[in-house]
Amino acid sequence: MSTTPLISLVEVSKSYFVGGEEQEVLHRVNLQVQKGEIAAILGPSGSGKTTLMNILGCLDVPTRGEYHLDGVLVANLGEAELARVRNRKVGFVFQNFQLLPRLNAYANVELPLLYSSCPPRERRDRVFGVLEAVGISHKAESRPNQLSGGQQQRVAIARAMVTEPAVILADEPTGALDQKTGQQVMELFREINAAGRTVLMITHDHNVAKYARRIIHILDGQVSADGGTPHA
Amino acid sequence: MLKQIMVMALDSIISNKVRSGLTVLGIVIGVASIIALMLLGAGATAQIQGELAGLGGNRLTVSVTGTPVKPALTEENLRLLEGLSQVTAVLPSTSARVRVVAGDVQKANVRVFGRSSDFFTTPGTELAGGRALHPLDIGMRQHVAILGADLAEELYPRRSPIGERLYLRGREFMVVGVMAASEGFTMSNINAGVIVPYNVAERVLAGSRVNTVDVYFAMGSDVGAVGDELLAALTGIFDGRSDVFTITNQQGILDMMATIMNTLTLLLSGIAAISLLVGGIGIMNMMLVSVTERTNEIGLRKALGAEPHLIMMQFLIEAVMLCLLGGAIGLALGMALAYVGSLLMGFAFAVTLFPIVLAVGFSVAVGLIFGLVPAQKASRLNPIDALRHV
Repeated sequence: MSTTPLISLVEVSKSYFVGGEEQEVLHRVNLQVQKGEIAAILGPSGSGKTTLMNILGCLDVPTRGEYHLDGVLVANLGEAELARVRNRKVGFVFQNFQLLPRLNAYANVELPLLYSSCPPRERRDRVFGVLEAVGISHKAESRPNQLSGGQQQRVAIARAMVTEPAVILADEPTGALDQKTGQQVMELFREINAAGRTVLMITHDHNVAKYARRIIHILDGQVSADGGTPHA
Repeated sequence: MLKQIMVMALDSIISNKVRSGLTVLGIVIGVASIIALMLLGAGATAQIQGELAGLGGNRLTVSVTGTPVKPALTEENLRLLEGLSQVTAVLPSTSARVRVVAGDVQKANVRVFGRSSDFFTTPGTELAGGRALHPLDIGMRQHVAILGADLAEELYPRRSPIGERLYLRGREFMVVGVMAASEGFTMSNINAGVIVPYNVAERVLAGSRVNTVDVYFAMGSDVGAVGDELLAALTGIFDGRSDVFTITNQQGILDMMATIMNTLTLLLSGIAAISLLVGGIGIMNMMLVSVTERTNEIGLRKALGAEPHLIMMQFLIEAVMLCLLGGAIGLALGMALAYVGSLLMGFAFAVTLFPIVLAVGFSVAVGLIFGLVPAQKASRLNPIDALRHV
């Protein structure tokens, strides 16, 4: 298929200034991800994979190079525009769930929709839809501290899906879970992907990476190996 | 969206009850003092205005200091003033302090008011019993007395004084009436005094001369013209000297009162403003702490697509709601204070919309002004750093 890739990084570099000295964290990264892929970005800590995720998630912009996400050139965008792109096109799943403790599961999942222009009735349908999809709709009224780690991560995944984003970015999604629960969560990502959603996982864990159909190895700020596309 | 933000703000305020409560204390005190002040001020002004209006807005008061040769106004002079155009009534007043003897009871330093029979046609001069002064009492110079409510009770406890005899500076008078207890500033001293015909007072009570005359004139007539005519007449009476008497009109008293009230209000408003300022700084401090505590939440919200202005709005609304809470408590407290104050001072208490609008206005303004810096700080947080913050 010769469609334009969903994610396209061309010669992307990222530098930080530490004590007046430029430190390059990402060096000329080229990466393309097609719609519907499930891929893992695998690398040890300090490899630059977190910086890469921040750029992919539009939390940060490249110092050099071009990044297209679902047809949008993410460069020279202001903070407000970046926020809108994140809201519409990216669904985040964090290692430590990042649920707001004072809100129940329903309200946590609803949060991204509040920052979009989604009408209230549709909001409700969508929230229950994704809670159903991750198998946690019976816990809609529960607060995070009343949920197990696995349940919390399901709520977080529901939150990532609720805006129907172009890509779901999962940063060490099993890092805070025991092995069995971690496997169930990974199975959930597989299901979500099977339903057509693009999933990108960032991890240092090979066991997690093996759930992906493509593994992108990052080392010292560069792509050291790319496990190919599903169609390859 | 706005509704959710407000719910969240309320939730955050409630979850930190003690801290929120202490923080809004400054606002509470500030708003309460402003409200109490305004209501009391309005009550006092209304009271004074009402009293003055009750006394008759169509009145000029002549106060005579007099000359050695001519220390007061004579009967003849009063007739002259009565003859002026527009003038409807001339009420002379005298006043003295004497010893009163009634049977076994003695009381020194009692005020005796010399009045004419017309005095009893002015408001606030109702009788509790007996009769008022009659024109014949003046004409025949009758030694009759009408007691103030308190004095009557003091001299004749639990019995009617009507028909009793008492002695004013050794002169016998017959009690013919008792005043009803009168309230308010201008009438209250009559309660402890006694009223007799002014010309009797003049004659038998040394030093009690007609030094004050209330000149009533027809409703709707020109105060200035009446004043000028009065001035000319009085200047004639005092042989061309216009410096031995003064003519005051009610508006002058009202204006003076208003000036005093305004000065007081300004002074106390200054104090209130300072407490609002201190309260505002407290709000700012708490909001800054809140922003720091919730750095992670802010980072998450930003990652999920909250634009900076929405984050800013969230914290601004929280600050405003906090202030509104303080304002509401302050409003209630201020009204309670004003109510108690009104009861103590005998003012009318009325709740008007204005103080409520003012309290809300002040609260919102303080919230917006002092919430701005923390809200801005929140909106400028970098989501990557903020998310990492634990």
